[in-house]
Amino acid sequence: MDVTLKNLTKRFPNRNKHIHTDVVAVNDFSITIPDGQIVSLLGPSGCGKSTVLNMISGLLKPSSGKIYFGGEDVTELPPEKRGIGMVFQSYALYPHLTARENIMFPLQNFKGADKLTKEQMAQRVNETAELVQISEYLDRKPGELSGGQQQRVAIARALVKLPKALLLDEPLSNLDARLRIQTREEIRRIQRETKITTVFVTHDQDEAMSISDTMVVMKAGELQQIGKPQQIYDDPKNLFVAKFLGAPPINVFFGHVRDGYLYIGEDAVLPITSEKEGEVFVCIRPEGFVPAPDGPFRCSLNSVDVMGRDVTVLFSHPSAETKILRAIVPSENVIPLAPEVSFSLKPAKTLLFDKTTQERIAFSVR
Amino acid sequence: MEHRNLKAWLYLLPAIAFLAVFMVYPLVDVIVYSFEEGYNSASQTFFGVGLYNYRYILRDPYFLQALKNTFILVIITVPVSTGFALLISYALSSVSKLRELFQTIYFLPYVTNTLAVGLVFMILFKKTAYTDGLINFLIKTFGGNSVDFIDGPYWAKMTVLCIYTVWIVLPFKILILTSAFASVNKDYYNAARIDNTSKSRIFFKITLPMISPMIFYLIITGFIGAFKAYSDAVALFGTKLNAAEMNTIVGYIYDMLYGNSGGYPSFASASAVVLFLIVLTITVINLSVSKKYVHY
Ligand SMILES: Nc1ncnc2c1ncn2[C@@H]1O[C@H](COP(=O)(O)OP(=O)(O)OP(=O)(O)O)[C@@H](O)[C@H]1O
Ligand SMILES: [Mg+2]
Repeated sequence: MDVTLKNLTKRFPNRNKHIHTDVVAVNDFSITIPDGQIVSLLGPSGCGKSTVLNMISGLLKPSSGKIYFGGEDVTELPPEKRGIGMVFQSYALYPHLTARENIMFPLQNFKGADKLTKEQMAQRVNETAELVQISEYLDRKPGELSGGQQQRVAIARALVKLPKALLLDEPLSNLDARLRIQTREEIRRIQRETKITTVFVTHDQDEAMSISDTMVVMKAGELQQIGKPQQIYDDPKNLFVAKFLGAPPINVFFGHVRDGYLYIGEDAVLPITSEKEGEVFVCIRPEGFVPAPDGPFRCSLNSVDVMGRDVTVLFSHPSAETKILRAIVPSENVIPLAPEVSFSLKPAKTLLFDKTTQERIAFSVR
Repeated sequence: MEHRNLKAWLYLLPAIAFLAVFMVYPLVDVIVYSFEEGYNSASQTFFGVGLYNYRYILRDPYFLQALKNTFILVIITVPVSTGFALLISYALSSVSKLRELFQTIYFLPYVTNTLAVGLVFMILFKKTAYTDGLINFLIKTFGGNSVDFIDGPYWAKMTVLCIYTVWIVLPFKILILTSAFASVNKDYYNAARIDNTSKSRIFFKITLPMISPMIFYLIITGFIGAFKAYSDAVALFGTKLNAAEMNTIVGYIYDMLYGNSGGYPSFASASAVVLFLIVLTITVINLSVSKKYVHY
């Protein structure tokens, strides 16, 4: 089932009595989540990810806009009628019930024709438990399970009723780094096996990049970009998306386009033709630098860290937005320890953004 | 390790000393007195040692009356007050408007003096030369016969005492339970809603188990409090409780020490020990039953 959000807006009344304007948590948000895909909502804290998810689940009512589940308008439907499964950030496992009882809980709510016999329920629970690989822990209470196991019980509870869509709100944020990577792979596997349309909220870009078919980047309640993770990384629409994605982060310079050249400071770093001339933000991914003794882009070298395959070059430049800049180059490159380092730039890893609108400026290399 | 243990004991010493002097010593003393026949606190003398005191009080109709009254009070008021408190605080936690106002109103009796509440109950229930009281007025308008609740038949007096006790203990229980209801994480309810759980199932399968430690606390303290009841009966029926058939165990102990029939510390001690044993037994039963139903 695909999920379509149309011009979704959520306003909260302002608690501060002196400010009469509402808090706009989500603003004119329109996306389509394709059937059977796993989609991540990515954005900094407070950008409205949970609010979007809670509107999809029905726990929050949108101030305006529409929500469609496979063509059906569910905007006015209460959560219990929407037939979705949800995993909460806190897991919300009932602490007094065993894992088995927790997973069975949604099944026991079935009414009328959907009602299952005890045997059917037990079978469904066992199947789901197998899927998330917790069969051996079924008789433990949540308090007796590790964070990762609890998380799987929570997923099983959401999946057991065969929901039309699965919603997960930062399900991995309580786990340690290693478990996090392991569990996100699990979620990916479970989603592949069940093919349930899944929406996954996170503020961790690694998580979003590795797990999702489609990634939705948000900022301050507004949609920034939607697309395949790699495509968004390579081709960000605006400065925010470019800066938000990538670890280590993209390097930002103040530059300008003049007479067919891209300038950073006094250096003409690339010969380009672009639709716009004048001041721009120049963003260069760490992997976009190629050390070259006679390269056009001259910077002051801070340090060189050799870390296995890669060499991290820390350098600085007067026209940069940050004090420390980072380049990652293959370790074949020998960088002489000198006060200066010169680079040539990979055009595909160099992005230009308008100084005022911060929108992407297309260019081609001459 | 040894050293640290020593330090811990040192820190505990003031509390232990205090408890020993004011709790353990008197308790032991009371147990000792209860076996000493005809103990006289002024001359510090007694006739003999044995079960005489226990035999006496267990045959004393006043004591048996007090025992019966106390048990009735406990068995009726603890479940009724806890049940009412649950109902009211659940209702309170469901309303969003004016909740604070309601909470204040329900809490008022708690900060009101017991005797003042007793006075109000008098006005409601007491028959005088001029009026039958408000409750009798209501009974009569609905076609019943008026009853003297304060000086009348035993069951009428017991009813008033029970209502009064429930009324007195209700606010505290409501206070505890409303905060217990409020402390349940909203995510549980959201998860239950998404899974299409009915309201009653949410209440019995999620809310009640979640607040069960608080309910249990209220039941235990409720039992103990009701077993030690005394002032409630005084507020309604005055100090001549034996004559009114409304005495409680603590009232009986008081009478044995200081009342008109006073001056019998041995009998008082024996009844205190009996009360202690009853409360202990009930609490142990409570604790063991609770293991099954209370989820921490
Ligand atoms: N009930 C509410 N009343 C008022 N403002 C709210 C309410 N819920 C959320 N907000 C505001 O709406 C905005 C979006 O909140 P939301 O919880 O969706 O953020 P989020 O992207 O999930 O953040 P995080 O990553 O920290 O969970 C925030 O600015 C928040 O302060
Ligand atoms: Mg959130």
